[in-house]
Amino acid sequence: MKRAILSLTITTALAALLAGCETLDVITQVSTSVGVATGKISTQEADAINRTASAAGKAFEQITPEQEYYIGRAVTATILTDNKTANLKNATHYLNVLGQALAMHSDKPETFGGYHFAIMDTDEINAFAAPGGLILVSRGLLRCCRTEDAVAAVLAHEIGHVQLLHGLRAIRKSRLTSALTILAAESAKNLGGEQLTELTTAFEGSISDITGTLVNSGYSRTLESEADAAAITIMQRTGYNPSALKDMLKQMQARMPADDKGFGKTHPSPTDRIADITPLLPQAETGAVVKARQKRFEKAMKGV
Amino acid sequence: MKRITLTALALALLAGTAIAKPITMSLQVRKGDLRSSPSFLGKIVGSTAYGDRFTVEETRGAWSRVTAKEGALTGWLHSSALTKKKVKLKAGEQDADVAASSGELALAGKGFNSEVEAQFKEQNAAADFAAVDIIEAIRVTTREIEKFLKAGSVVPKGGAE
Repeated sequence: MKRAILSLTITTALAALLAGCETLDVITQVSTSVGVATGKISTQEADAINRTASAAGKAFEQITPEQEYYIGRAVTATILTDNKTANLKNATHYLNVLGQALAMHSDKPETFGGYHFAIMDTDEINAFAAPGGLILVSRGLLRCCRTEDAVAAVLAHEIGHVQLLHGLRAIRKSRLTSALTILAAESAKNLGGEQLTELTTAFEGSISDITGTLVNSGYSRTLESEADAAAITIMQRTGYNPSALKDMLKQMQARMPADDKGFGKTHPSPTDRIADITPLLPQAETGAVVKARQKRFEKAMKGV
Repeated sequence: MKRITLTALALALLAGTAIAKPITMSLQVRKGDLRSSPSFLGKIVGSTAYGDRFTVEETRGAWSRVTAKEGALTGWLHSSALTKKKVKLKAGEQDADVAASSGELALAGKGFNSEVEAQFKEQNAAADFAAVDIIEAIRVTTREIEKFLKAGSVVPKGGAE
C-alpha cells in the first residue's frame, strides 16, 4: 500500500517537473483516480493526496520556519564536511554581534533558531547562507574587507539570501510534494519506519539540491542581484555605508584567482555585480571612516 | 416606530462588532521576546514560546502589539515571528487532514524534524552536526548589540526598528 502511494507520488512529481506546477492538481487527480480504481489506495487517502498536492503548488508557504531550521542545520553540517570552522574566537564573536545587528534590520529578523555566523578555515573566497540563518564566511572573503562596513556588506548579502528564501527555492518541487504527501497520507500518527525513511529520502534530496546550488552551480545573476539589493537596504537601515559593498567587490576582483573555485565559480563576476548595484548606491560618497569602528575591526580581524 | 428603529440600530451595531473580529496570530519561531516598544532595542517585557497564541491590538510598520494570556501579557513582536496559522504542538489525525487541505494549521514537530535529522545523520556520518551545534550556541544579547552600535557610531535609520 505504502509503496503504491510512493510510486504515485513519484509519478506525480515527475509529471509535475515536466509539465510545470499549474497542472499538478490535474495530474495528481488523474493518478489518484487510477489508484482508487485499481484498489491500490482508499478514497480517503486519495482525497488527502489531492488536497496536499494542491497545497504543494505553493510549496514555499508549506515549509514552516521549524522545518526550514532543520533544513538549514543539515545543509550547514554537509558543507562543514569538507570545510572546517576556524578557531578564531574573537573574530567569530565580532561577526555574530555585527551580523545580528544587521539581521535585526532585515525584513526577516526572526527565524526559528536565529541567525548565527562562523568563519570557514580556508583561503578560498567563499560564503554560504543556509536556510533559517546559519551563515558561513571564509577567511579568504574576510580578507577582501578593509573596513567594518565591508564586513557588514558581506554579511548583509548573505542575510539577503536567507530573507528571500533563496536556499529553499533551490529545492525541487517534487521533494516537497513527496514530503507533504507522506504527511497527509499518514495523518498525524507517529511515522512508522517506512514513512520515516521516505521522509528522510525527501529531506536528503532537499539538502542535496540546496548544497549543490550553494557549492557548485550557484544562484542566477538575478538572485545575486536581489541579495545585493537587500544588502544595501539592510546596511542603510542599520547605519552602515552601502558603498562599502562596492569597495569589497573591487577588493575581491583584485584578489580572486582566475580559476577560483569558490565565489568565482558560483557568483557573477564582481564587475557584473558592481554594475548591477551602482544605480542603487547614493551618488555622493558618504561615511568617512570612524576611528573607533576601524580600530575594533582591525583588532577583531587579527589572525584572519 | 422609534423603538423599531432603535432595535434595528442596536442590531446593526452588534453585527458591526461581530465583523470586527480581533486578529489572532501564533508564534512561529522557537522563542519570542515581547518588547516594550516596536524595536529590537526595546526592553524585553516577556517571553513567549513556539505555538503561543496572541491577539493583535495594533500594528506599526512590521511590528504588532499583542496580548496573550487573557491580557496578562502585552508587548511588541516583529511580524516575521508571527503566523496567521494555528500552530498545533500535539497534533491529532484530524489536524493533519486540516493542515494538509486548508493550510490554516501548521503542525509543530511534523515533517522535517529532529527524528528525520537523526536518520539523516545515520546515513551521512561525515556531516558535521557537532560544529553546527557549536555555531548555534553562540549567544549575543540585545544590550551587547546596542553597545556595539553606539561604540562604533553606527546610527540605525529605521527598518525593523
